[in-house]
Amino acid sequence: MRIAVCIKRVPITGGRIVLTADARAINTQHLGFTMSPHEECGVEEAVRLIEANKGDSVVLTLGPPEAVEQLRDAMALGIDRAIHLQTDGQEWDGESTAAALLDAIRADETSNGPFDIIFFGNESADSGGFQVGLRVAYALNRPCVTGLKRVTLEGSSVRCEQEVEDGRDVYVVPLPAVLTVKEGLNLPRYPSVPGRMRARSKPVADVTPARPAPRLELVKLLVPAGQGRRAESLGSGAAAAPAVVDVFQKAGVL
Amino acid sequence: MNVLVLMEPGEPSRQALTLARKFGEPHGLPVQAVQPFAPDALAAALARAVEELDAGAVFAAGTDRGNEVMARLAARLNLPLAANCIGAAPGDPATVTRLRWGGSLLEEARLHSPRPLVTVAPHTVPADDGPQPPTIEVGSPALGDLVVRVSDHIKPTNGGISLADAKVIVSGGRGVGSKEGFAIIEELAGLLGAAVGCSRAVTSAGWRPHSDQVGQTGTKVAPEVYIACGISGATQHMAGLKGAKRILAINSDPQAPLMLNADYTVTGDLKEIVPAISAEIRRARAGRTSS
Amino acid sequence: MDNGLPRHARAVVIGCGIVGNSLAYHLTRLGWRDVVLLDKGPLPNPGGSTGHASNFIYLVDHSKEMTALTVESVRQYREMGVFIQSGGIEVARTKERMQELTRRMASAGSWGIEPVSLLTPGDVKEFVPYINEKVILGGFYTQGVGVVDSLRAGTLMRDKGQAAGALHVAPKTEVVGIDVEGGRVRRVRTTQGDIEAEVVAITCGVWSPRLARMAGTHIPLTPAVHQMIDIGPVPRFRGAKSDIEHPIVRDMDTNMYERQAGGDLEIGSYAHRPILYDPEDLPPVEQAALSPTEFPFTQADFDEQMQHALELMPEIVGDESVGVKYAINGILSLTSDGMPVLGESPDVKGLWAAAAVWVKEGPGTGKAVAEWMVHGSSEIDLHSSDIARFHEHQRTRAHVRARAAEGFNKTYGIVHPSEQWASNRDVRLAPFHARERELGAVFFEAAGWERPHWYESNGALLEEYDDQVTHRTSEWESRWWSPIINAEHLAMRERAGLFDLSAFTIFDVVGPGALASVQCAALRQMEVPVGRVVYTPVLSPNGGFKSDLTIMRLGDEHFRVVTGGAAGMSDKKWFRDQLVPGAELADLTSSMTTIGLWGPRARDILESTTSDDVSNEGFKFGTCRVIEIGTQRVLASRISYVGDLGWELYVPMEQGLMLWDTLWEAGRPHGLAACGIGVYGTTGRLEKCYRAHGNELETEYNVVEAGMAAPRVKAEDFVGKAAHLRHREEDPAAMLCTLTVDDHRSKSGEKRYMLGREPILTRDGKRIVDRHGRGSYVTSAGAGPSVGKHILMAYLTPEESVLGNQLLVEYMGERYPASVAVAGATPLFDPENTRIRA
Repeated sequence: MRIAVCIKRVPITGGRIVLTADARAINTQHLGFTMSPHEECGVEEAVRLIEANKGDSVVLTLGPPEAVEQLRDAMALGIDRAIHLQTDGQEWDGESTAAALLDAIRADETSNGPFDIIFFGNESADSGGFQVGLRVAYALNRPCVTGLKRVTLEGSSVRCEQEVEDGRDVYVVPLPAVLTVKEGLNLPRYPSVPGRMRARSKPVADVTPARPAPRLELVKLLVPAGQGRRAESLGSGAAAAPAVVDVFQKAGVL
Repeated sequence: MNVLVLMEPGEPSRQALTLARKFGEPHGLPVQAVQPFAPDALAAALARAVEELDAGAVFAAGTDRGNEVMARLAARLNLPLAANCIGAAPGDPATVTRLRWGGSLLEEARLHSPRPLVTVAPHTVPADDGPQPPTIEVGSPALGDLVVRVSDHIKPTNGGISLADAKVIVSGGRGVGSKEGFAIIEELAGLLGAAVGCSRAVTSAGWRPHSDQVGQTGTKVAPEVYIACGISGATQHMAGLKGAKRILAINSDPQAPLMLNADYTVTGDLKEIVPAISAEIRRARAGRTSS
Repeated sequence: MDNGLPRHARAVVIGCGIVGNSLAYHLTRLGWRDVVLLDKGPLPNPGGSTGHASNFIYLVDHSKEMTALTVESVRQYREMGVFIQSGGIEVARTKERMQELTRRMASAGSWGIEPVSLLTPGDVKEFVPYINEKVILGGFYTQGVGVVDSLRAGTLMRDKGQAAGALHVAPKTEVVGIDVEGGRVRRVRTTQGDIEAEVVAITCGVWSPRLARMAGTHIPLTPAVHQMIDIGPVPRFRGAKSDIEHPIVRDMDTNMYERQAGGDLEIGSYAHRPILYDPEDLPPVEQAALSPTEFPFTQADFDEQMQHALELMPEIVGDESVGVKYAINGILSLTSDGMPVLGESPDVKGLWAAAAVWVKEGPGTGKAVAEWMVHGSSEIDLHSSDIARFHEHQRTRAHVRARAAEGFNKTYGIVHPSEQWASNRDVRLAPFHARERELGAVFFEAAGWERPHWYESNGALLEEYDDQVTHRTSEWESRWWSPIINAEHLAMRERAGLFDLSAFTIFDVVGPGALASVQCAALRQMEVPVGRVVYTPVLSPNGGFKSDLTIMRLGDEHFRVVTGGAAGMSDKKWFRDQLVPGAELADLTSSMTTIGLWGPRARDILESTTSDDVSNEGFKFGTCRVIEIGTQRVLASRISYVGDLGWELYVPMEQGLMLWDTLWEAGRPHGLAACGIGVYGTTGRLEKCYRAHGNELETEYNVVEAGMAAPRVKAEDFVGKAAHLRHREEDPAAMLCTLTVDDHRSKSGEKRYMLGREPILTRDGKRIVDRHGRGSYVTSAGAGPSVGKHILMAYLTPEESVLGNQLLVEYMGERYPASVAVAGATPLFDPENTRIRA
């Protein structure tokens, strides 16, 4: 089978986020980068499916030249090859991101046949647009199920479990399909050293799509004001226990 | 001008409705109009309604379902979508303020669109007391729009208290130290009838299942009391706590972000403090029974 | 603001890493009270380098000072119960490394680290069953290697200080300013209020330069990356009961280490490109994803290292089920010479530093610096780490970065004892540098000065002295060496040699208080007639050697101190610290240059250039005065460090070239040879059994042991006097002896020549240890071309200090016979000193 997984390079934020001087991005001077957590699970799921069913797996990203690190991360986990849609680091909105990915997916499918599954994260950790996977699915005219916590192949269909308030809703859709997943779908593995080393020589195809004018146009970012909580110290160590219980009683939870 | 609002039961949709009124005369399309839930069919219905009403904008709550249906609508209509907004103003272009990083950051953006599509982040905009909008009738969905539909439902199996609904959550972070370290957390949770939560570091380490994870990519919670034990409070975690009424933080580092964003703090070693609280609860209860 | 932070303190220690915790504790242990320990971060892990250290400790280092600090640290860690001994193996992949391991065996012997042993690949495999023994040639095993819990150690030390009521600990208290008034530190300003302080110690690791700048001074170090990954879970380590149960492996040739850490394997590297930062690059605690000193891992820099780790430990590293769980670019401190930065700032009184110290030497350093602060000197000699050692250019960011970058990949390197730096050279050039270049000088660096070590143009002398010059066949001993040195030496002994002594540090002590000031610093009597030159030890308060140098009395209130380049800056600080009111110190190093002229023909040469009386009667040994050489007025000083007739000649820097040319022209008819520092620093002085600071002369040995006690002690007070008087009463525990090697032939038949720091053993191969626990080792080694011997100096116990006593010296894994040629200070060459007094 053939599986694609789309990921996004995002910074690993610490306790406090600091913006760049023009307030259009996070200041990442001190930060490392990763792929969005939901997508880590997408990669893991893709690797497991290929391990079980054999075939070809491709990871795609739209991002700056450095995003090749995240592509290599995915390949270290077992993805076979990568397609890098290179940007100059500017923000792309969901619509243009989907359009660029769509072109790359179509091009690959023209040469290699359709993907049975294309995985996306349900939403990216940073911009949280909730739309890229769905847009690609519509353009390809394939079913798309979102927010998945479990994915099971059933012949030429896939059974999907989506977490909802009172349990899980089940969808069964025919392949090929687009699935957007959430963290918790699986526990992603750590890359092994041999995996890391193999990733170095796996192919990365570069394309440089043109960035259209965004219709959802970022003007600036703001760090929201603090939540206004004024912490009251109940003391330190075990001696604070009575004060804690007092708070529980006042809150009516005891 | 007419605006369309995807209505779900509950507060978030009324909040979306409130914002929608700034754009025009709202008309509601209930999410239950298609049963069982079939997001494509709902999106198709919305698209038809947009045309029928010549709606100038479409709103929905930024819930999982709201975001999903709206994204499908955006794809169908080939329009941009602004998800999880906390503010929006009509204009050319329309302007929105939306959440990023699970709410740790705000984005001001321009929405260049003949029909702004907006979802409204839950509990960020107060709902007004305005009238319920007239409801749009939805015809029967086309078969092709029902490929993606709920065919079954699984009830939660554990029978325990779910994080999302829990009134009290006792949550542990990296500071708990190990899988076994959660015994004292579970003990306290048991005494309080609370759910057990944890930070992402804990699930990544494999100490707890992901279903226990509170945060941007875990569960967003809204308990009466959230007790954070040994959690530093990375933005990823704090994003899941915005609904908590009271936060008690226990940490050896008084300057940990969570300690600074809590209502109550206890400084010190959670391995001493948590059992002491459990003991104190037992003592208080014993006192109550005996007196 | 009342937040419990004291308003006054005896000492404020800034930084709660392993160093600050140790220093604060030892200060309280030595009796100081009102010590305040601050950190901007939380406790127990404030976010510095201690918090992410790999925490393992190897004991053997070629540096005596580092080894001593490490051994003392391990003693303390053991005492605190936070040390787990695991043993450690340094493995070799190359022949050159195997030879290096024999050198490490020798250093272990010199510094008393035991048990240690050389292992075959098979032996290594027995210790470390998951190693691929096929890629190694052998290993060096140190049983005492282990792992510490450095954060716990810090907590225990703080607790002790607090329990004694002598220490106040204030985490989350960031220093925003350090106030200096009248050249002395006065107070520390923090986010929690100000503290008036008598002394302030900066123990902030990578942040230290930032703090030093607040006080207007420097702590020259640079934050640098050390990459580390943690892989697991390792099936073989499942069920590991402690953090460390297997020996730690250092893969020396790839600059890497592998250690078990619980159920995981930790792999660290010093092999990647040097990645240096500025202290300003470090994020605030709350902005850091992990901690301010755990930077995002840069995978590309580690690619090659993964390959190396895989080769060495395929069973674990090649296991597909073992994942990379944690990977960081950990930040640690590097300096320009690889040594820590310790001691009182030369710029600000009362401002101390203990920085660029790693976990392995933390508590030992804390103790030593505390002793230094409280008693004025430490048990372990810290001269190589002294913050005052840096010359101006060595304190620049560019120099620190250049040398740290160059030194980084030598962390596990095979570094020759004479190895020269390649970066940031040609900083200080003698006025006759161009002449030296024309003569084919091979330059070695001292204090930034380019000094000829020998002159290739003297190659012709090799033929002339063919029968007396020893040639070396072994590559190691030929490195950074030339037989021309010996030929130059013989030419000087037979005719005369011209020496570039520009690297001397020269400072004047002047004013009404000048005599009292130099009296205070010098062991010898300084109340001498004007025109006398006095060679004198300078003692530390414990009676050991702080330095040795010469002082010229140029006037009633005018003394000129001349000392070597290496110790020059710390000597200057030492003298400045002894200044009494009415005395001032002026540094003339960069305004004077010095040329040495020695040899039997030196007088003939000098006479031909001057009308002044330079006869033995007219210009006695041990005197100095100004003479005229052509149009130049030259301060001539009749002393010698090479044991021959001659003078040191001082002129203003800009006249140096003229003086050189004058002497050179005058000398040619006499067969004058330009001679390098190889002669001045090694062959010449060793034949004369002259001691050198940093080799024979350290604070750990006293004047009596060095054989330098004068018949009488001056009545005036001086630093170290009480201790010195006591030493004169005691039987010395050791005596400095000169040995010669009896047979140089190794087992292979090749002749080998020791380079210094090798252990001296009894004839039956036992270590010689004196009653203070100090082992015998070669303090200096080198050729004695005029005596036809390879000379070694070493402190021996009195029983072994017997003329003709036959001993062994261990070198490169073999033992060579050597015998005591001089017990005491009598020169081997010209024992009657007729030459210098000719």
